[in-house]
Order: sequence, then structure tokens, then C-alpha cells
Amino acid sequence: MSLGLIFMYSALALVVVVSGIGLITSRNAIYAALFLVLNFVTVALLYIALGAPFIALAQVTVYAGSIMVLFLFVIMLLGAEQLPIAEPLRGQRVLGILLAVAFLAEMVLFVLLRGAPTVAGQAVSPDFSTPTTIGMLLFERYLLPFEMTAGVLLAATVGAIFMTRQPRPDRKGALPAIPEESKE
Amino acid sequence: MITAAMVWEWVIKSVIICLAMTIGFAYVTLYERKVLARIQVRVGPNRAGPWGALQPLADAVKLIFKEELTPATADKKIFFIAPIITVLPMLVITAVIPWGESVTIGGKTFNLYLTDSNIATLYLMAVTSISVYGITLAGWSSNNKYALMGGLRSTAQMVSYELALGLSFVGPIMLASSMSILDIVHAQSKIWYIFFQPAGFLLFFVASLAEVNRAPFDMPEAEQELTAGYHAEYSGMKFALFFMAEYGKMIAVSMIGSSLFLGGFLSPVGFLSNIPVIGFLFGNGPHWLLLKVAAWLFVMIWIRATWPRIRYDRLMALGWKIMFPLGLLNVVITAIVIVLVGG
Repeated sequence: MSLGLIFMYSALALVVVVSGIGLITSRNAIYAALFLVLNFVTVALLYIALGAPFIALAQVTVYAGSIMVLFLFVIMLLGAEQLPIAEPLRGQRVLGILLAVAFLAEMVLFVLLRGAPTVAGQAVSPDFSTPTTIGMLLFERYLLPFEMTAGVLLAATVGAIFMTRQPRPDRKGALPAIPEESKE
Repeated sequence: MITAAMVWEWVIKSVIICLAMTIGFAYVTLYERKVLARIQVRVGPNRAGPWGALQPLADAVKLIFKEELTPATADKKIFFIAPIITVLPMLVITAVIPWGESVTIGGKTFNLYLTDSNIATLYLMAVTSISVYGITLAGWSSNNKYALMGGLRSTAQMVSYELALGLSFVGPIMLASSMSILDIVHAQSKIWYIFFQPAGFLLFFVASLAEVNRAPFDMPEAEQELTAGYHAEYSGMKFALFFMAEYGKMIAVSMIGSSLFLGGFLSPVGFLSNIPVIGFLFGNGPHWLLLKVAAWLFVMIWIRATWPRIRYDRLMALGWKIMFPLGLLNVVITAIVIVLVGG
């Protein structure tokens, strides 16, 4: 790897890690959400550097552009910017540190104990990330998982609409009692 | 292989695009004021320079020398960064729009576009979806009820209309069977997609008005109810950046719409291009894109001068209950017709 590439990947990796740390340490929910957005966008840049612009832009559109916008919307609407100092789940900090240590130990052990160096991945064809290739794969080889995902999302949408549905007033203009509504 | 000459070409093209958007913004403000004035039987700005042509410069000088205020209870960091986040997407979004084919200067051929990517339309979607952050954060960081309301409204509005906007892209993509804007423009050399995709065009037009917060969807900055909405607390150059983003986005959506539905830089009277001397005026080229953008902007300004703002719940109902299903229906019908005709 050339020095320029190493420099670029380390700069991107540094931003990813720092924004991740910022996400879990900031006590303001808005800042935490913004750190997560920065994280998503930087990971998208990594995808572009790896030659997969389609997944990069899909990541920006879906995660940074839609999901995080809704997160921000809810945080602002509820006025829940300030996170509580006391943690609702006791002991999660200790557990988190333990798991992080275990993960680091696994990584170190993997590097130390692996026998031969891992085989370099097969060279992929240059058009592996074109929209045509991805579309063909999604609609031919992975059609069933694709349709099942769509079904799950549709069920979630229907559920959300049902839960926010307001009881319709009857002809006299009075709201029906809730138990009657649920019997129907 | 990437050579230094290619990098310089990219840098120069990027600078040209950013400058064109900035100058375009300055003159679209003048264009809007002039057109609004004419529609309301006024004269409009006519003091600075001939026909008021230096008015944008005068405005810029005024805004630079205005005092900038930061509210005492504002979140200083985000308050400072929000205008910048708002302007950046508008400067980069037109990177994938071709201005023309290519020109030959001094024996070297230059393409008249920064990049022709096979994911160009996805890039447009990604940048549009990011562009809501600046407005939302500006509203929140001002620590002002009205500004927060404006920010929240714009978030809800842009998330809702992004769906219809994305679905309106699908028609041209399917017809051209490519996501590259250059391919989509070339596929329209016989007939513009506005004739194949009238519903898609309408969806795009309405959704783009909502996406750039223009009348009749300018709820986030409704003066009567929210003072000035998300930028109520901003002054001086920071306010100018919001202004710039709004007008720059108008230019951007006009360019995107012209390229997707109106043939982009293609000339509608290309058969006249064999006339000597003035023939190039009738050939394909950036001047046709400019003309289409000017016409598109005129319609946007015309709508602002004519229509009242629609109510907020109506806006949401329109987005979710009419435009979104219509977009889905348009995609399905287009797909069926393409399969039947064998396009």
C-alpha cells in the first residue's frame, strides 16, 4: 500500500473512531445524534474508497438522510436533549468495559494465533458494485430475502399506523369508549 | 490511472460549478424581485446599475457590514455551523449534472461535466436527504420557539416529500435504463420525458417545491405565524448563507428537473443547427440548459406570486396520501408499459 493510501485510510478511520467515542460520551442527545451522522458519512466515504459507491450513497440516503433525521426530529419534538446523568440500566458501564476488553483480546489472539496469513480476497470484477449488478442479484438470486424484508417493513408500517390511529367519533360527535373500540 | 492533469481538471471544474452556483444565486434573487415586481405591476429594484443589475452586489455589501448577533441562550457551536451545513449540499449537488457534451480548446477535448457516474441519481437523492440538517439544526440551536417550530416543520416536510421526489426519479431511470444523468439526457434526443412521464414530471415539480421550501410549501419560514421560522435569530452573513442555500437549491432543482424531464442541454430545434454562422445557437449546448432553468425558475416565482400558502395538515396529507401513492402507481404503470412495449 502506498503512503497516500495509508494516510487516507487512517484519517478516515480516525474520524470514524473519534465520532463513535463522541457519540457515547456526549451528554447532549443532539450532539450524540450528530456524531452518529458524521460516523455514517465517514463510513460511506470508506465504502467509496473501497470501490462501492452504490452502497455508500444508499447508506447516506437511508441512514444519515432519513433515519437520523427522524431521530433528531423526535429528540427536538420531545425536548429530550439533556440525557440523565444517572444511567437507567445499572451496571451497563462495567459490562460494556468487560465486553470491550473481551473483544480486544479476541482480536489480539486472532492476530497472534492465526497460522498462515489470511488469503487475499479474490479480485472482484470492476462492475461488482454497479446498480445493474446489484439489482440483478437482489431480484434474481436473493429475491426471497428481499421480499421477506419488504414484508417485515410493511408489517411494521401497518402496525405503526394502527397504533397511532385515533378512534373515530360516532355520529353524535362523541368519542366512543376505548373498550368498545377494542371489542370490534 | 489518475494523473495530475486530471486532478487539475476536476479542481477547475469544481471551482467553476461553485462559482456558477454562487453567481447564479445572486442573480436569481434579482430575477425573483424583478419578476415579482412586474407581476404586481411595480418596477422592482432599478437604482444600482443599469436596470438594477448591480443590486445583488449592493445587497452583499450591506449584509457583510451588518452586525451579527448570537442569542445569549443559543447553542453557540451548532448555531455557528448550521448555516455552513445548509450551504454545502447546494454547492455540491449539481456535480453530476452535465452542462453539454464536450468542447475542444487548443486541440484538447474537455467534457462539459464534472463526472458521469452510473449512480448519479442516487447521489442526488443522498445530497437532498442530507440538506435538511442545516435547517433543522439552525431552528434548534437558536433556542427560540418559533425557530424550533420552523425547523421541525421543515424536517417533517422534507422527509415526507423526499419519498415522492425519489419515486419521480424512477420513471426516467427506467425509461433510459440507466442512473447516469448523461444517459438519461441522451435518451431524450427524440422526445422529452415530460411527454412519457407527465405524472412523474408533476410529482417531481411539486415535491421539489416542497423540498426547497418554496411557496406554496414555504411553511418553515411562514412570516405571519413563525416570524421568519428557522432563521429568525440569524443576521448578517449567516442569514445570507441561508438565503444563498434557498436560491441555490432552486437553481439545482431546476437543473435536475430540466435534465430528467426536459432534455437537459439538448436543443428542441436541433434540425436548424445546419444554418451557417448562427447555427450553433440551435445546436445542443449549455445555453439550452440555461434557458430551460430560467423558464423553470420563472414558473417557481410565478407560483409564489400567485398562490397562497397551504395549511400544514393539508401539506402532510398531500405528501403522504396523494403524492406517495401516485408515485408508486406511476412506477408500476411505467414498468408494465415498458415490459409490454418491450422498451
